[in-house]
Amino acid sequence: MYTFPNKLRNLAITFMVVGFLGLAYGFITAPSTVEEAKEMVASSHGDGHGESHAAPADNHADKSAHASSESHEVASEEHAISDHAAGHGEEHNASHDEHLFHQLSNKPWAALYVAAFFFFMISLGVLAFYGIQRAAQAGWSPVLYRVMEGITGYLLPGGIIVIVILALSGMHLNHLFIWMDPEVVAHDKLIAGKTGFLNLPFFLARAVFFLTGWSLYRYFSRKFSLAQDEASDISNHKKNFRISAGFLVFYIVTESIMSWDWVMSIDPHWFSTLFGWYVFASMFVSGITAIALITIYLKSKGYLEFVNDSHIHDLGKFMFGISVFWTYLWFSQFMLIWYSNIPEEVTYFMTRIEDYNLPFFGMVVMNFIFPLLILMNSDYKRINYFIVMAGIVIILGHYMDVFNMIMPSAVGDQWFIGAAEIGGFLFFLGLFIFVVFKELTKAPLLAKGDPYMGESERFHY
Amino acid sequence: MSNKVVHALYDDDDVLLSAVKAIRSEKHHIEEVYTPFPVHGLDKALGLEDTRIAIMAFIYGCIGLSVAVAMMNFIMIEDWPQNIGGKPSFSYLENMPAFVPIMFEMTVFFAAHLMVITFYMRSKLWPFKKAENPNPLTTDDKFLVEIELHDNEKALTALLEKSGAIDVSIIEKSE
Repeated sequence: MYTFPNKLRNLAITFMVVGFLGLAYGFITAPSTVEEAKEMVASSHGDGHGESHAAPADNHADKSAHASSESHEVASEEHAISDHAAGHGEEHNASHDEHLFHQLSNKPWAALYVAAFFFFMISLGVLAFYGIQRAAQAGWSPVLYRVMEGITGYLLPGGIIVIVILALSGMHLNHLFIWMDPEVVAHDKLIAGKTGFLNLPFFLARAVFFLTGWSLYRYFSRKFSLAQDEASDISNHKKNFRISAGFLVFYIVTESIMSWDWVMSIDPHWFSTLFGWYVFASMFVSGITAIALITIYLKSKGYLEFVNDSHIHDLGKFMFGISVFWTYLWFSQFMLIWYSNIPEEVTYFMTRIEDYNLPFFGMVVMNFIFPLLILMNSDYKRINYFIVMAGIVIILGHYMDVFNMIMPSAVGDQWFIGAAEIGGFLFFLGLFIFVVFKELTKAPLLAKGDPYMGESERFHY
Repeated sequence: MSNKVVHALYDDDDVLLSAVKAIRSEKHHIEEVYTPFPVHGLDKALGLEDTRIAIMAFIYGCIGLSVAVAMMNFIMIEDWPQNIGGKPSFSYLENMPAFVPIMFEMTVFFAAHLMVITFYMRSKLWPFKKAENPNPLTTDDKFLVEIELHDNEKALTALLEKSGAIDVSIIEKSE
């Protein structure tokens, strides 16, 4: 049995405390009135961050949106509505200031939401990976089952936190989801047409339904997995196989809808048909990376003696492969929208390229070019140092990916990686470590009853 | 140099693997092993060096990428710029997203084809070449180990038979 080392527990608690302070600082310093927001931006003028608040208007000055006056109107209307400044297309000062105020008061909420969603997404990605191993009756991975089960232990607490944040948004404590504001919907034909799907009761009911489904699979799969340890036959293994196959069907549908609900609906006018896949690739690669990092950590502490470098090699191959898959989806989404240049679609990438240039392209370097070059060599995938280095960059890169999905519509050009963002990341990192390692102590680290365990222990490349 | 070789025939890949290990531990030099299918772990048992084709694949891929960039730059930017979907082709960089699929495909195309050609050349295979296979049984279900003889016929034959060979024969190579 594994015991939670005190050093790690203290580290996790320190992360949570520091992160909490960072978040608290973010919430306290958020402006509470329009005047404060104006003052904040005026005083931070010229310090290089957040550009200037004239940038949203610059969006429309882009030559492609100017191609015709019609498209300009649509684009500016789009922008005005999606940032819920009531004035239609008219950039007069009062609505602009209010818009700015909303962005700044959204900022700590968005920082909290990005980090909460990111760590929840890791455990959901691991759950999918685990389900695939079970359904495929994989022979190489059973030695890693307990690590995966440990990580999915964060699914329920992490999911509840995300749903609580969504519910708080529904109570209008923030303006992350503008379609939740009846005032905005009343003036917006496009959102009004979507209220059959995008309405608060249905939205929250869906969220609870998804989390319940995933947690039920996680609960029963873990139960069968533990029961298999002492079992004399393989009936638990067979049951696990069956529910895993069922879960994967449920997962791919619900994960897709979840990504529309929790991420894409922040931009209620914009849509992308491969968004579900895109979020899936992101959570899958972060999840596999988390498995590799935690496995290497445990192994370095003398546990998991049955894991050899061929298992690490396979995880490295998955990290490499899914990073390339993520890039494929990222580029597919980008290229089609860039090529067709339809105003209501292209605003999504215009805000990202103009206001988020460094995080947007920096993320491609972190999530694609770096792992591609580092993990291409077969031998490097067997060396822990390389996997850890690539893994940390991939994890941070996919945090940036979520950041880029949520921040532009929540805070516009007022983004800044400051106390609230770092605090949010640290807080949920601490909570994640705490919950995951707590879960690891609850069962032996070797799922010894698994019928494929012998094959997995002998696995070599 | 002697041109006499021993051909030992095996009918099981596991037996072959342990036989190869036994022969090598007795310091005999194995010329070649003929198998009807790739035997997992045989390269390591024979002590063969790791393949360097992965390095060549990377280089070929880089060549393919460069060719694609040069090709698209000449075709779409220099030679015949066109206005496609409101995106005039006057700058490679500004039109780069449109060329990414071509860059990708050419990378894969060059890496794959040049790798196959390299492999054939390195294995001394070319069209109309006469097969080097000494025994047609190795294209069916038998495995053949070829060992060079240095006046150690008896000891070697005994070792091979002990290692599970179903047939041991001494062949005069006509070169």
